[in-house]
Amino acid sequence: MEHIELFFKSIFVDNMVFAYFLGMCSYLAVSKKVSTAVGLGAAVIFVLSITVPLNWLLDQYLLQEGALAWLGEEYASYDLSFLSFIMFIATIATMVQLVEIVVEKFSPSLYNSLGIFLPLIAVNCAILGGSLFMQSREIETLGLALNYGVSSGIGWFLAILAIAAIREKIRYSAVPPALRGLGITFIITGLMAIGFMSFGGMLTGGDEPVKNEEKTAIIEKEIEKEQVDTETEVSLVDNLTKEKE
Amino acid sequence: MGLLSKKDSKLIVDPLTDNNPITIQVLGICSALAITAQLKPSIVMAVSVLFVMGVGNVVISLMRNIIPSKIRIIVQLIVVATLVIIVDQVLKAYSYALSKELSVFIGLIITNCIIMGRFEAFALGNGPWRSFLDGIGNALGYGVILIIVGFFRELLGSGTLFGFKVLGDPVEKTGLYAMGYENNGFMVLPPMALIVVGLIIWVQRSRNKALIED
Repeated sequence: MEHIELFFKSIFVDNMVFAYFLGMCSYLAVSKKVSTAVGLGAAVIFVLSITVPLNWLLDQYLLQEGALAWLGEEYASYDLSFLSFIMFIATIATMVQLVEIVVEKFSPSLYNSLGIFLPLIAVNCAILGGSLFMQSREIETLGLALNYGVSSGIGWFLAILAIAAIREKIRYSAVPPALRGLGITFIITGLMAIGFMSFGGMLTGGDEPVKNEEKTAIIEKEIEKEQVDTETEVSLVDNLTKEKE
Repeated sequence: MGLLSKKDSKLIVDPLTDNNPITIQVLGICSALAITAQLKPSIVMAVSVLFVMGVGNVVISLMRNIIPSKIRIIVQLIVVATLVIIVDQVLKAYSYALSKELSVFIGLIITNCIIMGRFEAFALGNGPWRSFLDGIGNALGYGVILIIVGFFRELLGSGTLFGFKVLGDPVEKTGLYAMGYENNGFMVLPPMALIVVGLIIWVQRSRNKALIED
């Protein structure tokens, strides 16, 4: 259930493009034709699904406060999280190079379709953004991190596919000259983002019971406290009466 | 300007208008949109990018003859990442609330395409002083758009500037609100950033017909 919720949330509610504007540069530059957009989208899914779990491991076992505990007691107090930017971007850059080499060796046809886009991806904010959000949202397990990588990649893929299709059609429309090209693409993306905001309500239904549980838990604690308080009061009174006697 | 030759001052002035990194070169849009709901984070972001661009361009320009061209992207990323870590730590130390608000977007300066783009296009082929001016110019051009977008979104969305209620108090119905004015809550939401930038592009290209795409 957790997995399904994260999956839909990353694709629709927290869509990389429409909610956080990640990877906008390549989104605008490579969305003139559907076929190239599909290539870049597929490459983004591919790279995100590798780098997010990898950076999750780095974060858990190297960077977080107390992450070095596995090395021994004396390392447990180290907090290397200030290094996370440089570690994440180094991982991404090397992984992209590595993936490029491996894909070229084992699947030339995939390389031909993805190849030209792979170097572009190292500097795509969506990839680094995926890792940074994974860190700041404190995703708990490796499985969830993998899920997050794949699903946010799919969200990005959907976004670039949609805008490429619209841009292919809009060539035949009478757009005001000054808005042609970049201007109208911005405005259309804005309108699409408004559309995607309607998915925001999709998951709130599941959130409310959790909040209620929390509330009842708090109330129960308060009741317990009161009970403890009254008990101490009773014992105090008892003590006082004993002393009087 | 005595300090700058005509050619040098062009490096700073050009990106502000006709070669603006955001509206013309289409670089560095991600961070430009996400943090502009208010004016203050926009300015902090603009200053951070100014620092990273200025210093980064000089560093890359100094190293331009010793970087092997095959691994230059990784070298550039490491230089930017180091500078961004400095910015991030300074922000965390002196303005923790603001650094929480900017969350991952300070980190995303690393992959801000303006920075990589200027490294590739300018710093690798020019001396340190000219690269410095180019970095400052482009960062200013980026900052101008950020501040314009932040200004309109905060003014129309929440009726405030830097948190001051410049249009009067919406609860007590003073100022403009007394005449029945309402805040446009939509301006605070992310999609409006895109539309505001789209409108800026429209205005700019209507004024300068040479920029129109076919």
